[in-house]
Amino acid sequence: MANESTVQTSSTTALNPNQTGSIWGGGESPMKAEYGKLMMWFFLLSDALTFSAFLIAYGVARYSYPAYEGAAADFVYNPDAYWPIPEKVYNAIPFFHGLDAPLIFVGLMTFILILSSVTMVLAVEAGNTDALDPDTKQAEVQKWMLWTIFGGIIFLSCQAWEWAHFIEGTEQFMTGITADTFFGANLTQNQYGPPLFAAFFFFITGFHGMHVLSGVVLNIILFYNTVMGTYRKRGHYLMVEKIGLYWHFVDLVWVFVFTFFYLV
Amino acid sequence: MAHEDSSLSPQERHAAHVKKIWKVAGILAIATIIEFVFAFTLPIEDFKFLRIWIFILLTIVKAFYIVAEFMHLKGEVKSLMWSVLLPMIFIVWLLVAMLVEGATIFDIRF
Repeated sequence: MANESTVQTSSTTALNPNQTGSIWGGGESPMKAEYGKLMMWFFLLSDALTFSAFLIAYGVARYSYPAYEGAAADFVYNPDAYWPIPEKVYNAIPFFHGLDAPLIFVGLMTFILILSSVTMVLAVEAGNTDALDPDTKQAEVQKWMLWTIFGGIIFLSCQAWEWAHFIEGTEQFMTGITADTFFGANLTQNQYGPPLFAAFFFFITGFHGMHVLSGVVLNIILFYNTVMGTYRKRGHYLMVEKIGLYWHFVDLVWVFVFTFFYLV
Repeated sequence: MAHEDSSLSPQERHAAHVKKIWKVAGILAIATIIEFVFAFTLPIEDFKFLRIWIFILLTIVKAFYIVAEFMHLKGEVKSLMWSVLLPMIFIVWLLVAMLVEGATIFDIRF
């Protein structure tokens, strides 16, 4: 509390920012961040709490059901006996029907999303640097934004395929198939495990996919504005940085979803 | 970006930033590959908990690099950094509380 006396003085002279001793005394941004960026951080904090609640709820549900104890090779779907193991549920890739390729497709999706996060941070860097002239700067931001949008759309397409496959179902790892065997999944019943399993799949990956979709829409608006020269006239590309924070967050959430939903 | 060496020219600084970005991208890719290697080589029936801890550890490594470097939280003012990070304590608390709850539900049902 070395500057206690200056803080006290500042409370009496708070109306004149030039005379305050504390950075919290007014007249400057104590967190050295623009208002919109600060609010984006706090929005992401609240969003992180929501996603955590989803993932932790999944953890509880999984923990309160028996785990599959046998060898992975002997696994069969049994909705009543145990929680399914992810490497057998998510083992399909497009165009290779019946092939057992555990987690390959999800891994590919993870790479795509990480790469689109990299191109986004390159767009932010191009917008923030003072090393480029306005023309090159605009061109660079445009280029990296376009790659980011591309990555986001590919990811969403992969997820659409993944959902379609999950809903449609598979005959792999099923024993005793009869005329009334249930294939695929909906919110009340699924072939893989307890009803909660499919419900969590839809809610967690769906909520994340919704975020990616919003992110792609925001990125397209961002790209449009960059092309139209809006940020160039404004003199800064701070909007790219703010939307960039959101996009990285979506990637961050996927890292957690990938681990706790697909790997563990 | 005030914390950086001011003797560098804007071009050099830009080049250094871009290089750092690709380096972090490489780290994220390698962490994901390691996760895959462990997912395939450690049989689930023998190494259940070792696998889980490796995955959690690598996830935290990846989360650190995304938040610190890509979202640039490391370069922000300390008060901003802590006001984002400290509320995460609530998540840890919820996690511990709910896993205990899950174990209890399991004991009652099975």
